Amino acid sequence: MTAIAEGRNTPELDARAGFEKLATYPYQIVTWVDDSGYPMSVVVEAAVAPAGLTATFSPPAGLTVPADRPVSLTGSHIHPQPGYGYDERRHVTVWGHATTDGEGITLTGSSAWGWDEAEVPFFEYSERSLAQSRRYFDALSAERGTPVKPKLSFGFLTLRTTRLPFLTATIIPVVLGILIAASHGAFDLVAAALTVIGAAFVQLGLNVANDVFDTVQGADDANVTPTKFSGGSRVIQYGLVSLRQMAGLATVFYVLAGAIGLVLLATHGSTALLVIGVVGIIVSLGYTAPPLKLVYRGLGEIAVAIGFGPMMLLGAYVVQTGGTLSWEPFVASIPVALLVALILYVNEIPDRRGDALAGKRTLPVRFSRQVVISGYNVAVTAAYVALAVGVVAGILPVPTLLMLLTIPIALRVSRGLAPNYDSPYGLMAIMGTNVQLHLRAGLLLLAAYVIVIVASVLAPSLDLFVG
Amino acid sequence: MASMPIPVAELLDRALVAELTVIDGKGRPVTYPLIPLYDGERVYMTSSTLFSRKLEHIDANTKVAVSITDPVSVGGRTDRATIQGDARVIADDPHGGWERLMPIWSAKEPAIVAFLKERVALPLFFERALIEIEPRRVLYWSDGDAQSPPEITTLAAEAVS
Repeated sequence: MTAIAEGRNTPELDARAGFEKLATYPYQIVTWVDDSGYPMSVVVEAAVAPAGLTATFSPPAGLTVPADRPVSLTGSHIHPQPGYGYDERRHVTVWGHATTDGEGITLTGSSAWGWDEAEVPFFEYSERSLAQSRRYFDALSAERGTPVKPKLSFGFLTLRTTRLPFLTATIIPVVLGILIAASHGAFDLVAAALTVIGAAFVQLGLNVANDVFDTVQGADDANVTPTKFSGGSRVIQYGLVSLRQMAGLATVFYVLAGAIGLVLLATHGSTALLVIGVVGIIVSLGYTAPPLKLVYRGLGEIAVAIGFGPMMLLGAYVVQTGGTLSWEPFVASIPVALLVALILYVNEIPDRRGDALAGKRTLPVRFSRQVVISGYNVAVTAAYVALAVGVVAGILPVPTLLMLLTIPIALRVSRGLAPNYDSPYGLMAIMGTNVQLHLRAGLLLLAAYVIVIVASVLAPSLDLFVG
Repeated sequence: MASMPIPVAELLDRALVAELTVIDGKGRPVTYPLIPLYDGERVYMTSSTLFSRKLEHIDANTKVAVSITDPVSVGGRTDRATIQGDARVIADDPHGGWERLMPIWSAKEPAIVAFLKERVALPLFFERALIEIEPRRVLYWSDGDAQSPPEITTLAAEAVS
């Protein structure tokens, strides 16, 4: 990966580096401002000598390359992709002054600029250019005397701001808790619906608050390689939503979650639910918010594991049972907790440089590539071992072994980490597969409990537990 | 008044990429590869607000040049052209104003239609200004070789500024 100085959107090039790049192009475009004040461009084939900071070429017929003003040489390349467009974009320009002698025209270079998408991927180039976009909109607003902002349709903006697709992280454990309770004979549809909605508001509040605090603490601004799975929603960075609006939105989500929590406490209250609710809100808020800032202290993965594992699952369970706890929902929450924490863990890999700059001590920031990859393998193995032990111990029903069907997906993620570790955009497919791992494992656990419930109705004598 | 030479119009229609050169505050020519979109009269280009420095340069100095130099981008043709002209930035509606050029753009880069449907993934890329270029003078090299003098066509007098 190319190192780029802070505040730049492309790697800094000196004239020599510019000439070295220019020499790789089959021809160059010499450009100057002609006497009428217009730029003039002509193709030449220059003999480029990077060590001498010069390029020599024959004078173009009928045109005069001036010696008294800046002249540039540019190389530009694309690779056409019929039916699609093009790729392999790169260009470089070297500026200098031209002199004419018996050999032809010699440009002596003094500065250079260029972009090569093989060095700086387009998405990173775009993220590094956010300041220019902000400057443009500020100037446009000043010119018109009214704020001009970038826009997105309401649907897209909602999707992006709330990171709605990630709600599966909440829905899986909550519905699993409800189904386990139902398999124990406890089910209240209205309470179940309120639990799902309330828990969803907690996560939406967390998602939005996370962006607010990561922006305030500089983590999202420092991250120039966000992906659709990592780096936050970026709506604040893009100027789509203000920090104040985001803070307001997070507050609304938490208030709604709290209101539903109070209703559940009033109607299905128990000490267990009160404790889970209060701790859940604290963990959710304290994830990025001071003074806890759990993710900044290297506790983010554990917080997510607990919050989206046992807290969600047991919370949903005790709402249904009126406060009764049992080992089964707790053991069932372990693989869910590990797999959801691994979503965060893998998503933190491309964020690690920005996180480090912002003082966010995530596990990928703290540990080496090998340790991080080994950590994934250990944790994902532990998820399956916990499930198998739970079944063998007679705590979880045998159908939950369906989750083992997702092992090939886990292997795909594991094998994809090393080759893509330093490529945020190469890692994107792996992050997507990792999200799918949690989703599919969760859905198979839900299916397992549906089987348990149906079997208990159709064949009450059938024992689906070992021992 | 002369019209755009037919071979140059063909190059504009075919080129996937051309080089737009603007003049910066220090009087230096600055060259950007962009897709040329030609409507038969004017040359259009679009620029994301992310990469909008060229727009600032055009606002300060409207004189620009568009060159078509790469045989690969014009399906193997070896002729080349440079068009000098006056540009103006149209930024009435950065969100959607540029979309009127989508038919010409998508003919050259079909993938842009799919990208636009996914604008949520990269919203600022699709906040764009139009660059409208009124051609003034065209230089055409039928063999693409600058060792031969170009055929020069003057299309219109320089704009009065």
